[in-house]
Amino acid sequence: MSAWADKSGRYWIALAGVLILFLAPFAISYWDQPFYLDVLMRLMILAIAAISLNLILGYGGMISLGHSVYIGIGAYAVGIPAYYDEYNGILQLLLALGGCGVFALLTGAICLRTRGAYFIMITLAFAQMMYFTFVSIEEYGGDDGLVIYARSDFGGLLDLENNVVLYYVILGCLLLALLLVHRIVNSHFGMVIRGTKSNELRMQTVGFPTFRYQLSCYVISGMLCGLAGWLMGNFTGFISPEMMDWTRSGELIAMVILGGPGSLFGPAVGAAIFILMETILSEITVYWHLYLGLLLILVAKFSGKGFGALVGRIRGAR
Amino acid sequence: MSEPLLEVFGLSRSFGGIAATSDVSLKIARGEIHAVIGPNGAGKTTLVALLAGELAADSGTIRFREDDITLDATPARARRGLARTFQVTSIFSEFSALENVALAAQAHTGHSFRFWKPAAEDAALRQGALEALQKVGLGDASERNAGEMSHGEHRLLEMAMALATNPVMLLLDEPAAGLGPEETTAMVGLLQELKQDKGVLLVEHDMDVVFAIADRITVMVSGKTIATGSPAEIRNDDRVRKAYLGEEG
Repeated sequence: MSAWADKSGRYWIALAGVLILFLAPFAISYWDQPFYLDVLMRLMILAIAAISLNLILGYGGMISLGHSVYIGIGAYAVGIPAYYDEYNGILQLLLALGGCGVFALLTGAICLRTRGAYFIMITLAFAQMMYFTFVSIEEYGGDDGLVIYARSDFGGLLDLENNVVLYYVILGCLLLALLLVHRIVNSHFGMVIRGTKSNELRMQTVGFPTFRYQLSCYVISGMLCGLAGWLMGNFTGFISPEMMDWTRSGELIAMVILGGPGSLFGPAVGAAIFILMETILSEITVYWHLYLGLLLILVAKFSGKGFGALVGRIRGAR
Repeated sequence: MSEPLLEVFGLSRSFGGIAATSDVSLKIARGEIHAVIGPNGAGKTTLVALLAGELAADSGTIRFREDDITLDATPARARRGLARTFQVTSIFSEFSALENVALAAQAHTGHSFRFWKPAAEDAALRQGALEALQKVGLGDASERNAGEMSHGEHRLLEMAMALATNPVMLLLDEPAAGLGPEETTAMVGLLQELKQDKGVLLVEHDMDVVFAIADRITVMVSGKTIATGSPAEIRNDDRVRKAYLGEEG
């Protein structure tokens, strides 16, 4: 209750953002600029991925440098069935969520035995193992990847081949991800996750077996990112191991840091800043990463709580 | 003396050849404050860590309410009713005082795989937490951010967190460390009230506190227990005078 009152400004900005996203397809078709529909779809998909990473990184203190592996698994769950002419959307979605859940459970059970830099390195290692596994599978295109000729099929229910329908499905998933994370982090489970980030030894001495909660959180986060991967496979119509390369994971971390780790809307804002900078600046210069880096340094140095807090500080200083 | 809550036999733990705790045995009953005293480096904090399960014992047995808990992990011991506080304040500094205590209480209300309803709306949890805060005298500070509270308030918050778990036995590692005279008096009153229905193991440097409230005292020197007895016996024990009390005059 009080949390909302304190952040009412942010709440209205978020509401405005959702409204803009909701109305954007009408404006885009009015001005006939389909390119921007693609930009927004990619932005929202990466926002879902960043939101899922924030659940473990921002709220749980588990810094994974291998999170994009779940985008890859989710996308291959579209691509591999499609390769065998299997386009059933329900099946592909279940494969994406199930595959990511199982991968997160198995690797998380090992990663979460470690802490700090070791955790970062071992998540990276598992993700790179998947990356090289898919590079080496010639059947599915190796590092050239696979073209997906048709999107997930939901019978007469949803026609994802229509870009506007896909757009609203992605928007719906984004809102679902936000709602899910909002409920989780404030629940009993979420308090355990945040408490463990704050002081793990204390959590154990008051009686929490922290490992099982952290592992569950890691699995939920992986599955949510798998949803983003499933959307990404449908959106791009092309999958390759490059989607799960560790530099992609680094970009997801950059989005979370830019937006503010441990805040609900932060990662979505971070993804928006990232994609908009990429879209606008890469028109002007191929060195657009330089400006992204400078912004990251500013955010890290002066706020540590994301772009919104940085703007707040600048306004407060005046 | 009623039946012992906690029984420790021959508990030992060394770190690279140095015996931090060596062959320690003690018994603590319900309704009893058992103080452990000794000079710095005597192994008191190691003993608490061994009892709480943060360190594994090299040898020895710990029995709690007639169950062998020597191999239990820390969370399992806590859920049996063994609560501890830390010498160096250990809290959740991002949370409010109430959230700190409510989270401690939550550990004892079944599993926490509850993903949907906000924990802050759990009335029973909040009520229990508020009562624990009131008991230690922090009832008015419940909404304050724990990280911004004073040292004395942190000591009390630690006590409230331990109490919220509804413990049978408290392991208190210097609860009065760094407290002013008034705060110390309040803490002594609190401990006397708590011991009515619980067992308390108290590690404490302040001899005034120890001799005011301890029912039994164990003296540790260099990892070994050199004497156990009532405050009067300990005060008159020659070995203790020589090893420990003598230093303080």
